[in-house]
Amino acid sequence: MLEIKNLCVSVEQKEILRGINLVIKPGEVHAIMGPNGSGKSTLANILAGRAGYEITHGEILFDGKDLLTLLPEERSHAGLFLGFQYPVEIPGVSNIYFLKAALNAQRKARNLPEVDAMDFLTMVKDKMKLLEMDEDMIYRSLNEGFSGGEKKRNEILQMLVLNPSLALLDETDSGLDIDALRIIALGINGLRNKDHSILLITHYQRLLNYIKPDKVHVLSAGKIVISGGQELAFKLEEKGYGWVEE
Amino acid sequence: MTPSNEAIHQLIDQEYQHGFVTDIESDTFPPGLNEDVVRAISAKKNEPAFMTEWRLKAYRHWLTMKEPHWAHVHYPKIDYQASSYYSAPKLSDRPKSLDEVDPELLKTYAKLGIPLKEQEMLAGVIAVDAVFDSVSVATTFKEKLHSVGIIFCAFSEAVQKYPELIQQYLGTVVPYTDNFYASLNSAVFSDGSFCYIPKGVRCPMELSTYFRINSAMTGQFERTLIIADEGSYVSYLEGCTAPRRDEHQLHAAVVELIALKNAHIKYSTVQNWYPGDKEGKGGIYNFVTKRGDCREDNSKISWTQVETGSAITWKYPSVLLRGNNSIGEFYSVALTNNYQQADTGTKMIHIGKNTKSTIVSKGISAGHGQNSYRGLVKILKSAENARNYTRCDTLLLGSQCGGHTFPYMEVKNATAKVEHEATTSKIGETQLFYCQQRGLSEEDAVSMIVNGFCKQVFRELPMEFAVEAQKLLGISLEGAIG
Repeated sequence: MLEIKNLCVSVEQKEILRGINLVIKPGEVHAIMGPNGSGKSTLANILAGRAGYEITHGEILFDGKDLLTLLPEERSHAGLFLGFQYPVEIPGVSNIYFLKAALNAQRKARNLPEVDAMDFLTMVKDKMKLLEMDEDMIYRSLNEGFSGGEKKRNEILQMLVLNPSLALLDETDSGLDIDALRIIALGINGLRNKDHSILLITHYQRLLNYIKPDKVHVLSAGKIVISGGQELAFKLEEKGYGWVEE
Repeated sequence: MTPSNEAIHQLIDQEYQHGFVTDIESDTFPPGLNEDVVRAISAKKNEPAFMTEWRLKAYRHWLTMKEPHWAHVHYPKIDYQASSYYSAPKLSDRPKSLDEVDPELLKTYAKLGIPLKEQEMLAGVIAVDAVFDSVSVATTFKEKLHSVGIIFCAFSEAVQKYPELIQQYLGTVVPYTDNFYASLNSAVFSDGSFCYIPKGVRCPMELSTYFRINSAMTGQFERTLIIADEGSYVSYLEGCTAPRRDEHQLHAAVVELIALKNAHIKYSTVQNWYPGDKEGKGGIYNFVTKRGDCREDNSKISWTQVETGSAITWKYPSVLLRGNNSIGEFYSVALTNNYQQADTGTKMIHIGKNTKSTIVSKGISAGHGQNSYRGLVKILKSAENARNYTRCDTLLLGSQCGGHTFPYMEVKNATAKVEHEATTSKIGETQLFYCQQRGLSEEDAVSMIVNGFCKQVFRELPMEFAVEAQKLLGISLEGAIG
């Protein structure tokens, strides 16, 4: 599904990622943990194709394709989704309009006809129910005036509608209260099956209580310093990141 | 370097699509302006003496005036003697029916997407008056409108058929002394549209004037006069295009709206004059005076404009709120790209009691475009409990363009409530990346963000034109990223 080989990335001459190796197989859930500034968000942005980074070394294969040669929208069409740490506001563009445009752009790229408006609305409303979202949120401007928790739920809604084969979720759990965390986790688990892979980026172990990862990696100073199972996350929670850096 | 810039440029750089010239024989005056030319125009039109006199007074007044330069626009000096002040497609008489209209002309309008054949009109919901160079060439649905007492015809025809209405209302909103361009227009205007909605009639269809400049080296000066009698309603749309030419052409129109008691006029403009090329060569100078007069109680005038064309736009559709409880509205989207300059806004003059005005202005700048909002809200002493709400938003695409806001307020009555909000934003790399991550192309993303920005204005447009305006905005912005 995803194979990162010796990835090195710089921003303005400063090396952020220093040789990342990571393999995610279909159906697997991986968690990347690490202290602030370790390069977690950079990794997510690189995978999604954001501009402003210099890839000095390495390659990334996504379903066998060279991911780094694809435009951000082509990566999206190929089934890659990034849940943003800070979802963006677009005034005057309704949530539902945006979602439909996104889905249709993806369908078009796969030579599928546009989605039927009624079917689409029913599908979106079902998923909103799962995420305990208020129905009129779909008619509000995209993320404008949404609370932190609403924005994160909206990211998960988009993910469920677009149904990506690989979801990268960048600190989707940050700033959520216990109830919201539980609902978001429910949504994420809804995507989980033998074909869909998920990469969770998080500071905290608590999200992993709801979403059991197959693998946990610790990123520190641009490198994966240790990998393991969920027990690694427990250990980190107990001992802090200082422990792995020693 | 960033892909966002690339997409913006591509979107902005899309070329003007109406730049063709129609090969048609026309009757054009030699360049130059003097009293004889003014008389000759009046004679061509076979006008009654009061019109000739009015034109001459305007011309003499114009001679005493100076070209205004207070707007935030820059252009070389205009030589008013170098333009021709009259150009008309050669037709011995005004065609009596569409069958008599030169097929070349009909083709031109068809190319522009304005079918004049009535059976082809949008299921009969819009009546069109087409003005080619300075002359009205065809008006559709006249008969149907006539049956409910609505007069909708070429201005020159109205002068012949309804001189009493013209004499009663012409120049009562924009007097010939009003400003430099209005005076010039009053002296030399050649045609335009006239519309009268009788008492209590709700106009059953959209009325529309479509202006087209074709000839080279001609100024275009039309005049539109709309009178909505007591309790009537009319929705009016104006569209404009011109061929692509290297030299600048002057367009100085005057629009006067008069709303009597309980009447409502909704006037929408989609202005797409040739904006000049990427280096700023050519393009229309659009110096227009538009003003509405809520003359009596409970009347309402709404201006909605989408301005994407012209090299220079200088235009302030205004409302005089004279009647008590009258309402004035101004909704505007102005886009400048390449080297376009726009100085546009409105004036809301509150005179009557409980008068209300709303101003929503959305300026978009791309390329080297300069976009200014200039607005005046004036509350006179007599205007008890006047209300105004103003919102000015500016969206910048790229780093070489500019957006400016010049709000003026004069409040002479302490019961007034005046609100002003303004924002400036840039399409961010983050916004574009977010949209792309969800699968949208950069171009679609820009178009979506810009349309979202303009939504408040677009929803004021009649449905068919809202769609048109969105498309136009997309075209005008094409290549804007990059």
